[in-house]
Amino acid sequence: MTSASDAPDRGFRLSQLIYDTRYRSLTIQVITLIVVMGAAGWLVDNTIQNLRVLGKDFNFGFLDNRAGYDIAQHLIPYTNDNTHARAMLVGLLNTIWVSLLGCATATVIGIFVGVLRLSKNWLVARLMTVYVETFRNVPVLLWILVAMAVLTEITPAPNAYKVNPATGEANASMILDSIALTNRYTAIPAVSFERSLGVIDTALAPVSLNVLAIVLVLAGAIWVNRRLLAHASAVQDATGARPVTWWKSLLLLLGPLALLLAALGFQLHGPTLKGFNFTGGTNVSNAFVALWAGLSLYTGAFIAEIVRAGILAISKGQTEAAFALGLRPGKTMRLVILPQALRVIVPPLISQFLNLTKNSSLAIAVGYMDLRGTLGGITLNQTGRELEAILLMMLIYLAISLVISGVMNLYNHKVRLKER
Amino acid sequence: MKKSVFFGTLMAAGLTAGIASATTLEDVKARGVLNCGVNTGLVGFAAPDANGNWSGFDVALCKAVAAAVLGDPTKVKYVPTTGQTRFTALTSGEVDMLARNSTWTFSRDTDLKMDFAGVNYYDGQGFMVRKDSGITSAKELDGASVCIQTGTTTEMNLADYFKANNMTYQPIAVDSNAEGEQQYLAGACDAYTTDASGLAATRAAYADPENHVILPEIISKEPLGPAVRHGDNQWGDIVRWTLFALIAAEEYGITSANIDELAKGTENPEINRILGVDGDLGPMTGLEKDWAVKAIKAGGNYGEIFAATIGESTPIGLARGLNAQWTQGGLMYAPPFR
Repeated sequence: MTSASDAPDRGFRLSQLIYDTRYRSLTIQVITLIVVMGAAGWLVDNTIQNLRVLGKDFNFGFLDNRAGYDIAQHLIPYTNDNTHARAMLVGLLNTIWVSLLGCATATVIGIFVGVLRLSKNWLVARLMTVYVETFRNVPVLLWILVAMAVLTEITPAPNAYKVNPATGEANASMILDSIALTNRYTAIPAVSFERSLGVIDTALAPVSLNVLAIVLVLAGAIWVNRRLLAHASAVQDATGARPVTWWKSLLLLLGPLALLLAALGFQLHGPTLKGFNFTGGTNVSNAFVALWAGLSLYTGAFIAEIVRAGILAISKGQTEAAFALGLRPGKTMRLVILPQALRVIVPPLISQFLNLTKNSSLAIAVGYMDLRGTLGGITLNQTGRELEAILLMMLIYLAISLVISGVMNLYNHKVRLKER
Repeated sequence: MKKSVFFGTLMAAGLTAGIASATTLEDVKARGVLNCGVNTGLVGFAAPDANGNWSGFDVALCKAVAAAVLGDPTKVKYVPTTGQTRFTALTSGEVDMLARNSTWTFSRDTDLKMDFAGVNYYDGQGFMVRKDSGITSAKELDGASVCIQTGTTTEMNLADYFKANNMTYQPIAVDSNAEGEQQYLAGACDAYTTDASGLAATRAAYADPENHVILPEIISKEPLGPAVRHGDNQWGDIVRWTLFALIAAEEYGITSANIDELAKGTENPEINRILGVDGDLGPMTGLEKDWAVKAIKAGGNYGEIFAATIGESTPIGLARGLNAQWTQGGLMYAPPFR
């Protein structure tokens, strides 16, 4: 009598590909691969076919042509004689600028609101709940438009600041004689220096040596200050008494900077109304402020929930232990709870930063010229290179997102639980 | 292995794809409806009323083409397009023709793969400002904030004009005429610039048109006309000659009032050929013999359409100017129907 478990060896049959568990997964993988490849191949082929029918070619030569249009907000020098590539760069920098500021503001808002929502103060906690629920549940585009509408409707036109010759006074007056809120922009004082150390002309943008010097001095001061604090901690560890450092820190941080600014002849240049608009100062456009505010408040509401979840994830025993050691609630939060909560907070925070960056492409709704507005808007339209422009734009957003998640993953690595 | 599978499927897809697509005329006839790309809303040129019925100068051309091809001027689906989406809508096949005050330029005709079927309105770019600003010339706009529709030729003209006159400005980009109006009225820009006809139409829709002035400078040539996809010459011919039929009808005095009478036959052989009494002009391009009769009946001849939609008796109040017949000193000139 033969054992039932002995399978008769009848060689390989085709049906085994489906019914034999040894081969089935391989079969499914091969079929999936063929389907995916086929779909990709069909897409590429369809594109090539349609481009040929339309008589269009696929090349990025248009980037070297003269752009011919003006961009209201540019961080680097730009005129309409520059190339489309430069216009794209201007847009990209605008995207990065609003995303960076937006991420920073959203994080600050998020941490404050997230902590306050757990407050024992009934009113504060409820107010924060209302904020989170309203901002989280309305599309961000609407918040951007609301911010823009508020800015344009409640502020006066620049010519309201003009002095009326009949009455001798203007309809609107500037705040502190240096800031003017208008329905186009907020005019704020600009920084200027009497003496210049020179300018390095890079291909991207001219870099003022004055700014470079200020950054270097500031970085140096911060480094020395950290050494000072480390020394104070060492003394505290050795003797138990911490030396007084606050005035030394203050002197170290502000002293050299003040000296340098005085030497360079630092001054603030207030905006003045000339003709139609304010000149002389810096005009921060309402489109930028509206986009920034909309993105920050919207994403801030999400981050608040992430922070709250992170804090709630820390065992109550930690708080009780900190209280038992005599720490006040504020210090308990700052020294014990938040550092541990960061481990839970950081991974979802990365997604929120990515969301904010991608949502910044809604800028076109308020006329802020970001990457979508320049490369994906005017350039695309004037050159008729839809496919190239959109592909390039997708590639750039992908690259930005990968850089953000790369940097944030490094940070996550730093704060996560150290296992030994 | 992966590579060979990839190229294998690519080749198979290449062999199966490429089924010849029908011509636009066949598509439109089979569909029974003409897809016409129009402005999102510019009173006088193309705007829907409270009931969603579109009317206007550009809309009348859509109706004439639909009447010539399908025999019914109501068989039109109006697709509102912005300055940004219009050309993609046309080249991708979403619309059959574009009647949306689009300027005929070299690069649009060649690189953007469109064909302009003629000019239905000779226009130029102008500026509108508030009367109380005291500005009387575009040369006084140095330093002004200017609202501008993005994705249009006006954007480039504006940059060129200010550069040539050594002036600076702040461009405020808007996406549509409606947004431009709103920004201009809110005072977010000192001047609004677009085609002069568009400015007149926009101003006519204001509650206080007398408080806004259109500056005398016309800074560009803007021949506006209907556009079709490059490559389908038959369809291009149909749109082109429908427009010419409307223009010629005005020249020869064919109006919606007397067309039934004239279609029975007249002494004038040219009128007979246009109206299909003589010869086979319609069938030469794949249409019925009486195509032009239907087209002219849809909204009258060019002059009637002009007078009813944007002429001096309408709130928009545009004079014929360059758009008069060549016999009246204008530029409207239809080639012979023969």
